[in-house]
Amino acid sequence: MPSSTLILDGPAIQRALTRIAHEINERNADPASVALVGIQRGGVQVARRLAVLLEQIWGRPVPVGILDVTMHRDDLHQQIAPEVHPTEIPFDPHNMTLVLVDDVVFHGRTIRAALDALIDFGRPARIQLAALIDRGHRELPIKADFVGKNLPTEPADRVTVRLSEAAGPDGVYLEKP
Amino acid sequence: MSWPHKHLLDIESLPAEDLLTVLDTARAFKAVGERAIKKVPALRGKTVVNLFVEPSTRTRISFELAAQRLSADIVNFSAEASSFKKGESLKDTARNLEALNADVIVIRHAASGAPHFLSRIVQARIVNAGDGAHEHPTQALLDVFTIREKLGRIEGLNVTILGDILYSRVARSNIWALTKLGAHVTLCGPSTLVPREFERMGCRVTHRIDEALADADVINLLRIQHERQRQSMFPSLGEYTSLFGLTKARYAKTRPSALIMHPGPINRGVEIDSEVADGDRSVILEQVTNGIAVRMAVLYLVCGGKGPQEIPG
Repeated sequence: MPSSTLILDGPAIQRALTRIAHEINERNADPASVALVGIQRGGVQVARRLAVLLEQIWGRPVPVGILDVTMHRDDLHQQIAPEVHPTEIPFDPHNMTLVLVDDVVFHGRTIRAALDALIDFGRPARIQLAALIDRGHRELPIKADFVGKNLPTEPADRVTVRLSEAAGPDGVYLEKP
Repeated sequence: MSWPHKHLLDIESLPAEDLLTVLDTARAFKAVGERAIKKVPALRGKTVVNLFVEPSTRTRISFELAAQRLSADIVNFSAEASSFKKGESLKDTARNLEALNADVIVIRHAASGAPHFLSRIVQARIVNAGDGAHEHPTQALLDVFTIREKLGRIEGLNVTILGDILYSRVARSNIWALTKLGAHVTLCGPSTLVPREFERMGCRVTHRIDEALADADVINLLRIQHERQRQSMFPSLGEYTSLFGLTKARYAKTRPSALIMHPGPINRGVEIDSEVADGDRSVILEQVTNGIAVRMAVLYLVCGGKGPQEIPG
């Protein structure tokens, strides 16, 4: 029977993101060279939240880019052509530390595509990966540097992350088929 | 938003929603063309064949660049250099292309309906790049894309198409696209080239240019196609210019925001004055740039598979 379980509520998401922000701070000695890149669509809102938290720590605004990986995916032939969303990288990635941000890491194929897409914009000094949820089942050798919560799942499960842009009920749900 | 079709054969059979899918997708692909690296791997490993049985340079090059920017391999198959000269039928040519494992065939043909015919006999996806006097769907899509980009909408706009409508596949595709998206279309030109029958497509037809230009938000000029006119449809080019050309004097009386469009190649001094073609309201060269983005979007969409849209991480 299908079921939906609340995994993280709003305050728990905020605590997880705060911890990630502090870990990003610990790992990167030079805040001036750090930028966030949210992956369309779920990663964008996570990146924006992290940028707010990092600004509180560093006392300076953190640039946020958004990246659509649709054109870099390798599974076009398996599905109706997915909707393409805008990509906006409003800074020069050259010699920057880019923190790629997604809501959920699963197979790792989106991250693979994101790395390819990102390299087309320039040569960053390094790329790190932050995810609110790591649900396992990797199909590629990809590991997140910063994880909000490791969540054991079955392959057929769905993980839904709701992050409202304004105030509203945030939540991470695990849906069983 | 999704594209449920295997081919792009015409505009007539597409609902407005599908046209908007192409336009929205093209917007993202236009951004790719503005980057330092103008290439994405979306169609890596796909083979696109440009089957141009009727000569064309700009449409062929536009499709070529579009395919290349999507990382597809593209081969050109043109009338002059091919076995059509040796008497091979379209059907046999198409079967041969299929044997080469072409994924997409972009076809330009002098016979109306040639792309539809191909779509029934081969497995490859078919994109119509102009068939006879029937349709030129990607031209219409790039025209509405340009209008939407410049004016922010299509709905409610007054669009005047001026010139050789009778022989024009560009006009037919434009009329379908514009009316489906809610624009008011006015057609104008000599009565021999702009018959009243077009009123049945939902257009206003007039043979008085001042009336056609007065309230136009967009003026789309079509080339006088000497090669398609079997007998002379108007006395002389000079007379055409004096009655229907977009001269400086007529241009001065148009709405100050009206866009000037032309699918090219332009006959300077015939359908349009040089100063008007190069003026600040002319978007003729932007149409060329947008053509690549729209064709990238079309190639991308027709190459999609059948499965549900699902993007697992």
